[in-house]
Amino acid sequence: MALSIFDYLIIILYFGFVLGIGYFLKKAIKTSDDYFLSGRSIPAWITGIAFIAANLGALEVMGMVANSAKYGILTAHFYWIGAIPAMAFVGVFMMPFYYGSKARSVPEYLRLRFDEKTRGFNAISFAVLTLLMSGINMYAMGIIFKLLLGWSFHFSVIVSAVIVLLYVFFGGLTSSIYNEVLQFLLIVFGLFPISYLGLREVGGWNELVKRLPDNFTHLWSTLSSASQNPMGIEWFGMIFGLGFVLSFGYWCTDFLVVQRALASKDINAARRTPLIGAFPKMLFPFFVVLPGMIAILVIPEFKTALDTLLKTGHTANVNYNMALPLLIKHYLPRGLLGLGLTALLASFMSGMAGNVTAFNTVWTFDIYQSYIRPGKDDKHYLWMGKMATVFGVLVSIALTYIVMYFNNLMDYMQLLFSFFNAPLFATFLLGMFWKRATSDGAFWGLVSGTSAAAAHYFLIYKAGIIHYGSEMSANFYGAIVAWVVCFLTTIIISYMTKPKPDEEMVKLVYSLTPKEYKDNIPFYLKPGFLAAIVLISTLILNIIFW
Amino acid sequence: MGIDIKYPIGLFFTLVGIIITISGLYHKQEVISKLGFNFSLIWGIVMLAFGLIMLGLHYIARRKS
Repeated sequence: MALSIFDYLIIILYFGFVLGIGYFLKKAIKTSDDYFLSGRSIPAWITGIAFIAANLGALEVMGMVANSAKYGILTAHFYWIGAIPAMAFVGVFMMPFYYGSKARSVPEYLRLRFDEKTRGFNAISFAVLTLLMSGINMYAMGIIFKLLLGWSFHFSVIVSAVIVLLYVFFGGLTSSIYNEVLQFLLIVFGLFPISYLGLREVGGWNELVKRLPDNFTHLWSTLSSASQNPMGIEWFGMIFGLGFVLSFGYWCTDFLVVQRALASKDINAARRTPLIGAFPKMLFPFFVVLPGMIAILVIPEFKTALDTLLKTGHTANVNYNMALPLLIKHYLPRGLLGLGLTALLASFMSGMAGNVTAFNTVWTFDIYQSYIRPGKDDKHYLWMGKMATVFGVLVSIALTYIVMYFNNLMDYMQLLFSFFNAPLFATFLLGMFWKRATSDGAFWGLVSGTSAAAAHYFLIYKAGIIHYGSEMSANFYGAIVAWVVCFLTTIIISYMTKPKPDEEMVKLVYSLTPKEYKDNIPFYLKPGFLAAIVLISTLILNIIFW
Repeated sequence: MGIDIKYPIGLFFTLVGIIITISGLYHKQEVISKLGFNFSLIWGIVMLAFGLIMLGLHYIARRKS
């Protein structure tokens, strides 16, 4: 694909701005709190956008378009049931404890509420997974730019990694958050033309629905049994596996997103962060699911794959991951092409920077300060945070090349995440709302939940003892197993062990925390009110596309 | 903290809007033959307007403080 001078200008301008933001924020960074938590000073609308943008990495944007080309509108479940309810929950119920306890990270909350070993388990698994994610992000980017533009894999990976390194190194979390807002807007402005031009080409929404099979255009009506829909899943697995365990496990406990809310200027802003993020999140299917559905009709190889599926009932072997790049190529003329490519770049970079900022914080506070060098002055930890940023980016690059040789690592990533995230939500639920939950209960609950997820996958599903409609369905049920095992183990062991005294759990547990955050803010800014609007709107969307 | 984010965002989209508008004029034939109408021109102007609004909001906020 040939680029014109305009396309290059946009890409160069984008690089210049992200670096410029990092450079100008450099002066504002004086303490480790400034670097890792933005000095807890950012308004809610900015942290709210960053809350969802940090999650808009390459796998998210390209993966969701690809998913929609494969499964149709069912992919919207990842937004309307797989994100919104959890975002409302974390804002209304959990944020008071994250922000109010003054914990600087999710693992640190676990130490305050439980103990050192529970924190260690979470901190180490999180740090490893975060860097892997970042490496996979870079790998996806290198491949795309090589296929689309013929750029060298090494060139794309190294240049973007160095740019991310520079802006995070100098500006810390604030720089990452500010850039996430810019990147989010770029993704919106870059993807809108594809949805709009695509709808125009296929003749509007009604025409799209007419030309696609029924189970590609309905959210719920085909979920009564796994054999009726392309995802091979029924409503129970969808609601409890994705909607409850996986979604709450990710949006309520993953430090990558929670860190954005911790950067807010006060507790009310922290609670509004996920709720403000929920509004654009709700509309995001327009930018990713719709293009995927359009791709089925306008990209010849996807159309052929669908025809084969309808005729023979067998899924053709098509690489759906290229859906978004192919659409960009199909619709965007020179000039706009630069905008589309910059949107892709932005998603890769925000995905990587989000992971790197979460990594440097967990590494510095939860691993380095706790186990390696405790008791140093603040300057030392600020320095360590910057070193961790360099280290994190270097390891990400190394992992990029490892992923290159072990290609199927990417398929295992979601699975690995579900091993660790799904049980974690049970630990938090009990930790925050049940003061009887003990440290040993939490630790063994997590360990057994993670083991149960692994056992379910390898010893039961892969051994052929249980059959699921699809890999995704197996993943959803695995998450349910992990959650239930962690939940029950934590309760049983908690009853066998001694709880912490009440006074050590103030501001950490619901029943022991004074409700000091309900001060005089107007009703339309109250988390409960915002959550109600978000949930009702999501319900309406579900009914419209039933 | 540090900078008002509306400023870099406003500046960025103003510049990108101008670039895309010009590309719409320069590659007019290509755009129209590909899409049937000059979408680049329209989208460039939309982005330019968004950028200018952000810059405007930034100046209002700055005057207030």
